[in-house]
Amino acid sequence: MTVPPGADEAGADEARADEARADQNRADEAMADAERSRFLLQQMLRVRRFEEKCVELYSAAKIRGFMHVYIGEEAVAAGVLANLTPEDAVVATYREHGHALLRGVSAGAILAEMYGFEQGCCRGRGGSMHLFDQATRFFGGNAIVAGGLPLAVGLALADKMAGRSRVTACFFGEGAVAEGEFHESLNLAALWQLPVLFCCENNLYAMGTALARSESQTNIALKAAAYEIPSWQVDGMDVLAVDEGARRAADAVRNGGGPHFLELRTYRFRAHSMYDPERYREKAEVAQWVGRDPIDHLRTSLEDSGGLSAEQWNDLQQDVDSEIAQAVEFAEAGTPEPVDQLTRFTYSDRSAS
Amino acid sequence: MKTTYREAMREAIREALQRDDRVFLMGEDVGEYGGCFAVSLGLLEEFGPERIRDTPLSESGFVGAGIGAALGGMRPIIEIMTVNFSLLALDQIMNNAASLQHMSGGQFNVPVVIRMTTGAGRQLGAQHSHSLEGWYAHIPGLRILTPATLADARGMLWTALQDPDPVLIFEHGSLYNTAGEIDDDAGAVDIDTAVVRRAGNDVSLITYGGTLPTVLAAAEQLAEEGIDADVLDLRTLRPLDTGAILATVAKTHRAVVVDEGWRSGSISAEVSARITENAFFDLDAPVGRVCSVEVPVPFARQLEMAALPSVERIVDAAREAVGTHG
Repeated sequence: MTVPPGADEAGADEARADEARADQNRADEAMADAERSRFLLQQMLRVRRFEEKCVELYSAAKIRGFMHVYIGEEAVAAGVLANLTPEDAVVATYREHGHALLRGVSAGAILAEMYGFEQGCCRGRGGSMHLFDQATRFFGGNAIVAGGLPLAVGLALADKMAGRSRVTACFFGEGAVAEGEFHESLNLAALWQLPVLFCCENNLYAMGTALARSESQTNIALKAAAYEIPSWQVDGMDVLAVDEGARRAADAVRNGGGPHFLELRTYRFRAHSMYDPERYREKAEVAQWVGRDPIDHLRTSLEDSGGLSAEQWNDLQQDVDSEIAQAVEFAEAGTPEPVDQLTRFTYSDRSAS
Repeated sequence: MKTTYREAMREAIREALQRDDRVFLMGEDVGEYGGCFAVSLGLLEEFGPERIRDTPLSESGFVGAGIGAALGGMRPIIEIMTVNFSLLALDQIMNNAASLQHMSGGQFNVPVVIRMTTGAGRQLGAQHSHSLEGWYAHIPGLRILTPATLADARGMLWTALQDPDPVLIFEHGSLYNTAGEIDDDAGAVDIDTAVVRRAGNDVSLITYGGTLPTVLAAAEQLAEEGIDADVLDLRTLRPLDTGAILATVAKTHRAVVVDEGWRSGSISAEVSARITENAFFDLDAPVGRVCSVEVPVPFARQLEMAALPSVERIVDAAREAVGTHG
């Protein structure tokens, strides 16, 4: 900043002070940005390491049944969930370990659930595809594609009728777009201006069916726009872009702006489930997307800008590794629920109601 | 006081809306139109569009939204025009409403009430005439109610709304115009027990819902022949009041189950099985059944009538049960 000619000494001092404050603000912002970025990096890494451990434990037959991991898509859950408050609600899909973890369900309770133990977040009644948690308002965990969307609409309806400023974030894959429930739910949410944040995790494949093989219109944000819902596409491999998009959308929803829709363009690095021979996509395509790994991408850019020291990266990894190790220890120490409890929770315990 | 089944149901909804702010009614044409069967006529004017909420033709969407609203602390009453339309919402009813509590290890119960019209007899053709309440009674996690009387039409809803779990109420379309007297202070009734509607010692006629009037008419005819029938109204198809079923069989030693559903895999099959499992040595005759003929319900009147349980078929079945060792 230049001092205008003729300014007195006091004016010049003031201008220098302004400049210093501006510099300080920029430095504070940069530091806050770096801190936010490191937080998001850690969140993604927590999901990545958790999922890698799940695959390992599945291979060791500690976990059985259907299991779907989120490796490659971490930026989506990390970026969106960082913009919710504890009062908000989350509805997710059968690929929801990461969402549960980042929502605040403990890694141990999730893992114990997949072991089928009583210490699991659903006492072993749900398993990998049906994680629920009342304390964090995490409403599943739904194995029926698009089955969670009407629930999210209803949770938001309850909030609106009760006059609460909450957001219900609803995650679903692009495969859900072909279901009637998708269209019914978007229409209801828009018609009644309900506080739902629709998050379409477009990883390009509904199990083995490529988007272009199942949809006449492959721009999903456009479909939402047809219901008069503000919607936009976000690079789901860039957690900072997801964070920014989700912040804008969640703020708008929370402030009475009605439903908003994010099409998060992402990619599943691993197979659909543990039974998938991946005949439907080329290895070169997978390799190309793996080259855009959201964790590597953010780590490199942080390191380049001086926002992540070797020591910080080490500490961050150690924290995550220790969390996962404790989770495994917790799950391993779990116990099966006695079979005489089999029919509990089919109906509410009447004595308690 | 004088009332009709339709008015009794409307009074039940009105009372629920007045007593509990969390209650609202949602469904197709429940508001401006006044309800497909005029059950909710006038409620929009009284309670406004937030609580008498017209929906688009999106059964899965609005039933699922009702389930979500129940999870969010409301007490929704969802109306589905007819049972056949409910099949479009079967995913939400079965995979979410009936399963969430168990899948979540007891964390999320679903206090939703879903009402729908069921049954044949009005020449509405196959897609508006089926009786699928027996199907729904197959599903653990649901409670299935079939009000057959004015008092039950008036009183079951409030009790259902106090239930922490999903309750489906099946209203037989032929009952809406039923007129009669109920107590001026008629209110909530229990939804756990079956009730004997006519006491007798010779044969048990076990039924529910829309066929109760037919069965009572058959019982009167049987009485003229000297056969004294005990008529049991199941009222709740899930959970079944097995004790009441066994009690009537212990009294008469003969049973005929009357059910407007199809015979194969029906609720009448379940009732019959429970009798033979638990009271085989009380029986003086095989358990008889009068069900709908296994055909999509036809439009033409004579064909439709031939497909449904009739006084004549019930009387024949009762005579056979009594005659076997009589």
